[in-house]
Amino acid sequence: MFNYIVRRLLYSLAALLVVVTVTFLFMHIIPGGPFQREKALPEAIRKNIEARYKLDQPLHIQYIDYLSHLIRGDLGPSYKYRGMTVNDIIRERFPVSVELGTVAILLALFLGIPSGILAALHQSKFPDYLVMFFSTIGIAMPSFVIGTLLMYFLSYKWGLLPSATWGSPQHVIMPAIALAGLPTAYIARLTRSSMLEVLSQDYMKTAIAKGLPRRRILWVHGIKNAIIPVVTYLGPLVAGILTGSFVVENIFAVPGLGKHYVTSIYNRDYTVILGVTIFYCVLLIFMNLLVDLVYPLIDPRIKLAERKEQV
Amino acid sequence: MRKSVVVLALLLGLALLVAGCGGEKAATEQVIYYNVGTEPETLDPALMTGIPEFHMTLQMYEGLTRLDADGRPQPACAEDWDVSEDGKEYTFYLRDGLKWSNGDPLTAYDFEFAWLRAMDPEMAADYAYMFDLIEGATAYYSGEGSADDVGIEVIDDKTIKVKLVSGAPYFLDLTAFPTYYPLHQETVKADNEGWHLKPETMIVNGPFKLVKREQGRLEYEPNEHYWDAGAVKADRLVFYTVEDINTELTMFENGEIHMTHTVPGAEIPRLREERPDELHIFPYLGTYYYIFNCAHEPFNDVRVRKALTMAIDRKAIVEEVTQGGEMPAYAFVPPGIADVEEGSDFREVGGDYFEEDLEKAKELLADAGYPNGEGFPPFEILYNTHDMHKIIAEAIMEMWEKNLGIKGITLRNEEWGVYLNSRDEGDFDVARAGWIGDYVEPNTFLDMWKTGGGNNNSNWGDPRYDEIIEQLTKLSEPKDRIPLLHEQEDILMEAMPIMPIYYYTNPMMVSTKLKGYLYLATGALDFKTAYLEE
Repeated sequence: MFNYIVRRLLYSLAALLVVVTVTFLFMHIIPGGPFQREKALPEAIRKNIEARYKLDQPLHIQYIDYLSHLIRGDLGPSYKYRGMTVNDIIRERFPVSVELGTVAILLALFLGIPSGILAALHQSKFPDYLVMFFSTIGIAMPSFVIGTLLMYFLSYKWGLLPSATWGSPQHVIMPAIALAGLPTAYIARLTRSSMLEVLSQDYMKTAIAKGLPRRRILWVHGIKNAIIPVVTYLGPLVAGILTGSFVVENIFAVPGLGKHYVTSIYNRDYTVILGVTIFYCVLLIFMNLLVDLVYPLIDPRIKLAERKEQV
Repeated sequence: MRKSVVVLALLLGLALLVAGCGGEKAATEQVIYYNVGTEPETLDPALMTGIPEFHMTLQMYEGLTRLDADGRPQPACAEDWDVSEDGKEYTFYLRDGLKWSNGDPLTAYDFEFAWLRAMDPEMAADYAYMFDLIEGATAYYSGEGSADDVGIEVIDDKTIKVKLVSGAPYFLDLTAFPTYYPLHQETVKADNEGWHLKPETMIVNGPFKLVKREQGRLEYEPNEHYWDAGAVKADRLVFYTVEDINTELTMFENGEIHMTHTVPGAEIPRLREERPDELHIFPYLGTYYYIFNCAHEPFNDVRVRKALTMAIDRKAIVEEVTQGGEMPAYAFVPPGIADVEEGSDFREVGGDYFEEDLEKAKELLADAGYPNGEGFPPFEILYNTHDMHKIIAEAIMEMWEKNLGIKGITLRNEEWGVYLNSRDEGDFDVARAGWIGDYVEPNTFLDMWKTGGGNNNSNWGDPRYDEIIEQLTKLSEPKDRIPLLHEQEDILMEAMPIMPIYYYTNPMMVSTKLKGYLYLATGALDFKTAYLEE
């Protein structure tokens, strides 16, 4: 177990270095720089700015300089937001994304899993059709359409909720639903198919034959096994929701990190682009590792150390 | 399994708790809600460059002067001033008892400190060049002179003298500009980079002070130490930083904000019908235009440039495409700038420079060797990614094709940074552009067309034009300057390296309850005397 984790972490570190290098290079290849203005700056001022951020140094010096700061956990100053460091920006913005993401994920789990089970237990009957109907809509409809519809009805037409911005529980509801749409639908489908598979297993039949109460069969033998694919999906989902909420954050003016990430590319805010990429990368690596560590707890047949030898 | 359900339920509860409690507001309080449209890049007056930041600081700071509704500088921190005979020396006298928002006395030294700080090459402020008029400033920020040689002299706590390199009537406009605001020395020195990030260290001298800066909003309360505190009526200002303009409009229609910073173009016809009293089309000191790359064939031929300029229907563009109340432009300097005579407008005096005339355009094109557009080389229209720019470019392309018979026009859309780069490197044939004036004088539109100037991407230049720019630096009186500025525009429009399309406007939704705010032509909003009427 310990060896496994160490090995995984070492691989992750190598992956991270590749990501940093590629992002760094691509960032400098795109035309335009962080201090290119529509209104041209006098030469002397442009030089002052470049000297301040060491942009006048050769690229490889900038790269080494960046890495040496990175090792100390210093992601550098933002070029666009003067006086703020990238660490500040992540510290300020990420909790908002976490808050919104947590609610969305819980929503997706609490709606997705039960409806998937319901559909599987009533296969090819009305509840199944109903769940599949809504989950098809959920998968097909992009989050910004859900978001716009919610805003139109819930706040504009009926005045039930504030339309945008952040700061109270009411503000979380609409963006969380918009964000949860796709994962809810996906989890429902995943749970349904995996539940169907589990229900047809021999041990389920044995359990029924032994005369165990139906409720116990479902909970202990059925759902626990059916839920494994959902756990697999949960790792990338958490990372995806925390990083990919740009559109929803924009519509509802949620001051999260996703929006910042995308605008930093337009702004050529080099340090923010790099810093947030690294942060997201670490997050993704960590979530995947976490999921892998959780498997053996749910399914004793999975053993971490053995996985490599099995390949 | 049951246990984990309980844990999950607890987590859900926790998440809702973390979400925190909403702000309750007392019914009697005068709270004005406005959406400023973006997060501030910085609230340090020395470093800011954008209109949204100007809005945010105008409420909390005040320079030696403050602009009134007509954009004229009025006494503010300075009660009075003397100007020397040659217009090159200004002596400002501060008001008695000026104070910072924490009660500390505000002195002339605070101005000197702030100005020198903004010029400091280490600070690398974009707008250090706003001090170019002051003796020794350019040398200082270029690293060629010292701070001691800058022409700012504090006579005593209440008097400050400024020496200019040339007389300029707009110097008093500049003293109202953020780069010229005073700064609270103690807090700024304590944390030079981060003092403006927290309301506690953001010590200000204007009508309002910042009390909250968090998660997508700024909140202000009146500054009781402001010299004109009696004129301030609102109890609180809340500025949201919502960027999506459709969301912004929904918030307005929902009654969550009293004012928007803009209106989506597509919604204007509906709002004209449904909310005529709340839709305001404010003037905006700016021009939307196309640049011809005069180094590329066939745009090096003035007849081609003129033919293209005359062959589009600007009225159709503003009425059917942009729909924001924009005015068709037949010159470069927009209306709203005073001419020599009292009450006269530079644009009215200068008049239109051309007419849309298809016959004439065809004739010019034939003279240039392209009868009915035959043989006209294929070319590109470059614009930055934006729906509006795209529709305008499509409309113009169609007009050129239909009216002049030109074929082979393609559209090239580039993301903002890439587009700026292409323009700077002259990698375009025809490019979309827009210019917003920095101050209310025609010079802000005309000095950019200097030969080889950083903003002149047209590759066009004219010796007489450059000569006038040089002459203007020595003149301060409008009666001497304005005729030269008209001459400059004559030269520019005769050569036509640019094709004016329309003068910008600034459509905004304003609640009928909101009164007393000032809208300035440069686009800034002053809420000093704003209030809500029930």
